Amino acid sequence: MTVPNPSPSGPWPMIQRLGVSGLLVRFGDQFCEAANRAALAFRAGVEAAPLPGIIETAPSLVSVFLRVDPLPADLDVLEAELCDLLARADWYAAPLPPGRRLIRIPTAYGADMAPDLVEAAEAAGLSEAEAVAQLSTARLRVLSLGFGPGQPYLGELPEHWNLPRRTELTPHVPAGALVLAIRQCVLFSRPSPTGWRHVGQTAFLNFRPESAEPFALKPGDELQFPTADPDHVAHMIADPDCVDGGAEIEALP
Amino acid sequence: MTAPALIVHQVGPGVTVQDLGRPGHLAYGLSQGGALDRLALYEGAALLGQSPDCAALEMIGMGGEFEATQALRIALTGAPMQASLDGSPLIWNASHQLPAGSRLRIGGVIAGSVGYLHLGGGIETPPLLGARATQLNAGLGALLTPGARLPVGPDKAGPIGLGLDVADRVSGGVLRILPSVQTALFDAETRKRLEQSQFTRDPRSNRMALRLIPDGQGFALDGGLSVVSEVIVPGDIQITGDGVPVILMAECQTMGGYPRIATVLPADLPRAAQLPVGATLRLQFITPEEGVAALKAEQAALADLPRKVRPLIRDPRDIPDLLSYHLSDGAITGREEETDR
Repeated sequence: MTVPNPSPSGPWPMIQRLGVSGLLVRFGDQFCEAANRAALAFRAGVEAAPLPGIIETAPSLVSVFLRVDPLPADLDVLEAELCDLLARADWYAAPLPPGRRLIRIPTAYGADMAPDLVEAAEAAGLSEAEAVAQLSTARLRVLSLGFGPGQPYLGELPEHWNLPRRTELTPHVPAGALVLAIRQCVLFSRPSPTGWRHVGQTAFLNFRPESAEPFALKPGDELQFPTADPDHVAHMIADPDCVDGGAEIEALP
Repeated sequence: MTAPALIVHQVGPGVTVQDLGRPGHLAYGLSQGGALDRLALYEGAALLGQSPDCAALEMIGMGGEFEATQALRIALTGAPMQASLDGSPLIWNASHQLPAGSRLRIGGVIAGSVGYLHLGGGIETPPLLGARATQLNAGLGALLTPGARLPVGPDKAGPIGLGLDVADRVSGGVLRILPSVQTALFDAETRKRLEQSQFTRDPRSNRMALRLIPDGQGFALDGGLSVVSEVIVPGDIQITGDGVPVILMAECQTMGGYPRIATVLPADLPRAAQLPVGATLRLQFITPEEGVAALKAEQAALADLPRKVRPLIRDPRDIPDLLSYHLSDGAITGREEETDR
């Protein structure tokens, strides 16, 4: 048989078929805020206008993945409907979907609990105090959830935080670790090795499998990491009944 | 009366409770997970006349030694393994009775990579997020250890001694593949070479990924192009930095940043999961139309499985208490000539 040659050339956004049961609506081929906004908004648009054959939708940094059932849905028809939906708005300028929340998670910066803060501040050209002041007041959006269950990719920090990943992996950071690289932060769901810099520590659990709401965060939520007393954070980590790490949650308009 | 349980006396290093997994959480970073060889779950369900949603034991490479607290029906599917009941061999791809107190020993694989032990009524460990599948990288469940007691659900009963003729999927062969996100970034020559290569299993493979060692050079993109992270699903074939194709398996992460050259047709993932060390795999592109036709054929075959179950024609070597069958009654002794003389 001849080797297929699907062409992904052409203007953004673009729809691609993945295998027999996947469609990918892509708003770019590298991260930018507008493409992420478009992905979040378009995913909400697809969910609001339920299209037959779509089983599941998942936004990633700059695209929306649609898991589809090609039996009996006709993928040609579904693709045409998605094209119509794409043409109906400027998704790059669309408002973010409703139902988003601002979640403030108490965070211990630096010292023993987050040993890479000093190095990260230096790499960003800041004093330790300046770094904490910036990181503890930044409002970061959940750009996408992935790599671990309920684990957020958060962005975007200013350009001076564009720190490369380290070549040496830190073998272990605990769950609740706030790590940083390439103008983004990740809040770890589970103990993990990482090449990102461990700048803060929280007692917030992203994934609560025993709970009625196992995933604490949703794509599009905004997070802040206000400074907290390290002893208080350590106390919450040690308390098995504390899953939210003292977070305060506020609905966003 | 207490609920029946399966006691685990000894167990291999890769034995977990698995079912069809937890679909629907991709947006939250949790992959579906579940059995590596999903077809085996349907086969076990057909043999026991129960739902494919029933949880079973997945045994990678090696089984263990088990005992039932009450008589249980069991079925064995997937990669054939050395299996015996109180020392008498058991047929694979078949259902059997496991009497209370008897020892079921399941040893190493004879062919393929991963076998399944199904119980009448299914394993009823507490579900998490709607499923019992163990997903180690998400902290859901754990590897089985000696001493474990697995609760078993109520069995609606039914026959045992049934078998299923299963097409070979435990010796490598051809996986049908379709284009994925970055397929077009690989030039035609590279894609053709992908189809012409023979692959063997990297022993570092696990429930997250099957690493394929090519017989020739790798498939790295020029310049080691980095791509933005996108949603990944089982079957996707990533090309890692060293040019080695990696098939993402049941327990893969939900996002990946390596270029994907293709994706495996879901119906062929059991064959991928079963690839034993030493066997070879090939990859072959099919068209989307062929893919949809294959999906239809797969669904029809799964629906037809219960009708393919048939009584075992027993090989006398497999009957555990041969002497009690009185095979010598009325038989000649071989010494008749002597006595006649």
